[in-house]
Amino acid sequence: MEWKKVVEKLFPTGHEVHQEGDLLSGEGRCGKHTVAVIGTTNHTEVGVELALAMAAAVLAVIHNHPGRPIVFLVDTSGQRLRHRDEMLGLNGYMAHLAKCVEMARRRGHPIISLVYEQALSGGFLANGMMADVCAALPEAEIRVMGLAAMARVTRISEERLTQLSISSPVFAPGAKNYLLMGGLDVLWEGDLSACLKDALEHVDANDHRRVLGLERGGRLLADVVVNRVSASA
Amino acid sequence: MENLKYRFDNGKPTQGVTAIVGVLGSGNLEVLVEPAALGGACEIEVKTAANGFDRIWQAVMKDFFARHRVGDIRISVNDAGATPAIVSLRLDQAIETYIAQGKIKT
Amino acid sequence: MTHSYYESSARARIAGLLDADSFHEWLPAADRLTSPHLAALEQSAAFDDGVIVGRGSIAGKQVFFAAQEGGFMGGAVGEVHGAKIVGMLERAVRDHPAAVLLLLETGGVRLQEANAGLIAVSEVMRAILSARAAGVPVIVAIGGQYGCFGGMGIASRCASAIIISEEGRLGLSGPEVIETVRGVEEYDSRDRALVWRTVGGKHRYLLGECDTIVPDSMEAFQRAIIACINNGEDWSLEALEREHQLLGDRVQRFGSCKDGRDIWRELGWADPDAIAMMDNDEFIAAAQGRRAKDLECADSSALEKRGDKSPHSI
Repeated sequence: MEWKKVVEKLFPTGHEVHQEGDLLSGEGRCGKHTVAVIGTTNHTEVGVELALAMAAAVLAVIHNHPGRPIVFLVDTSGQRLRHRDEMLGLNGYMAHLAKCVEMARRRGHPIISLVYEQALSGGFLANGMMADVCAALPEAEIRVMGLAAMARVTRISEERLTQLSISSPVFAPGAKNYLLMGGLDVLWEGDLSACLKDALEHVDANDHRRVLGLERGGRLLADVVVNRVSASA
Repeated sequence: MENLKYRFDNGKPTQGVTAIVGVLGSGNLEVLVEPAALGGACEIEVKTAANGFDRIWQAVMKDFFARHRVGDIRISVNDAGATPAIVSLRLDQAIETYIAQGKIKT
Repeated sequence: MTHSYYESSARARIAGLLDADSFHEWLPAADRLTSPHLAALEQSAAFDDGVIVGRGSIAGKQVFFAAQEGGFMGGAVGEVHGAKIVGMLERAVRDHPAAVLLLLETGGVRLQEANAGLIAVSEVMRAILSARAAGVPVIVAIGGQYGCFGGMGIASRCASAIIISEEGRLGLSGPEVIETVRGVEEYDSRDRALVWRTVGGKHRYLLGECDTIVPDSMEAFQRAIIACINNGEDWSLEALEREHQLLGDRVQRFGSCKDGRDIWRELGWADPDAIAMMDNDEFIAAAQGRRAKDLECADSSALEKRGDKSPHSI
């Protein structure tokens, strides 16, 4: 879905969200809340500039609007795959963004993310996956890597991977698989504004994804392992 | 993947502490040695990525048991295509570590 | 006799760094908490899923640790592997050891467990930050054959401090990945000197992507870890804003550089090619005043003069 349409549906009573390059920023109104909006569009690759710009936007919200909820609108085809960005330390910029999000959370800002188009690996880790509530539109594409590329890297045939992906949510792309594994809290359908309002009312700052994965049957061991480490001598 | 099992009876019951040796990386293997009440037997289980080498494994394990004659021990092996020489070396290291750690403890 | 960190296995590293007889492992190999996803792919699963977690002490101070084994699937993070690290970190929030030690050697997400691996890396990131917010310093050591890449390259920079050796490599996308996608003109992954100038320990040190650089020995890593434990934890908005300033300056100053050499020249190294030949002590001495953060310090008076303009405005 186009970002303007998403924003209109999220904030039917009004918003000022604008696009600058591939960066989205601004604010919208949702019931009694005014929320900060930070996001990306055009399936952009997140490089050092964009990661830094998002971090700046988060820090600005912390400074100017203490406690204001932050909504990340996620559309990225991953980290920028360039020698130059690697040389400059793109991982450090991504981590900086993640730390800014964590700082916001710990200072009382509810963090919501919505994958409205694409979310791929590195570009997703530093913002969308840092949220208290991570949501996606059902048609959103979420993945580490497509099956064809995965087949090349792992030297397992694409046919076999496709077959395995029917019974296991582990390999194949897709919002539903991430939902089953607890990587997504919820799929948003229909009235997006109501979905957002609901999410804002149920924000939990603790990371409960492994519990969701267990409850939904898509990731059975993570929670067990964490609890066993916790209970060890 | 192949799963192979061996059992050698009438070994000498050997005290020790659970030991892990080696890494499951290409051309290498990891060996886990644990105490087990097996009436003096030594049981070995091998999981290997390379199929069709069961007779070689059999010979390597027989040699290992002839060298050490350890009993009341369970050995578990994860193999990623190691040569027989590497396998023998890791098995020797593992049993030696198992026994040495046992001596420190007591 | 010095022991190479680079050449050691994860178990040898942790044994070499901890005080004698202080090693205690959680979910050891005998528990057989192996990956549930590899058998379907006809791949062998290691008893410990490629990571050792537990507690011990260094110079008498209690530390919790995770040590990744690069030899098993390149240290890649799967469901169990990641959950072991998360469990250890969450335990640190509860038990407050003097520090958490992460000996990272990893390509990032384990593709054989793609989605589970990605979520696990995200959980590790959040758990690192939780430990820091609870006042527990999280110290990363990088000096193995496989470097530290992918999502774990991001996770490592979420930690309080990074110790790297000259042989250590730190980044997000590995050279091979970029070459595969963009072509050899963009990044020749077989040009080892180029890779080293892009993600190698000395470059990361000069850029400020790591805190300490050490020679490749267990003793040197241990000394650096003790120093980092003593430095404690600084999880604060102020620290984050300083970092923001540094990262902003970096893009401005070096954003148009084509090669690590250009950055080093910009930092005042008249002969950048000499850097590769310097031993660690010589390099650290020469790097005094020639790291990116030193430039920022030199400019700090200018910064203050910017007055009310907040450091995070873009």
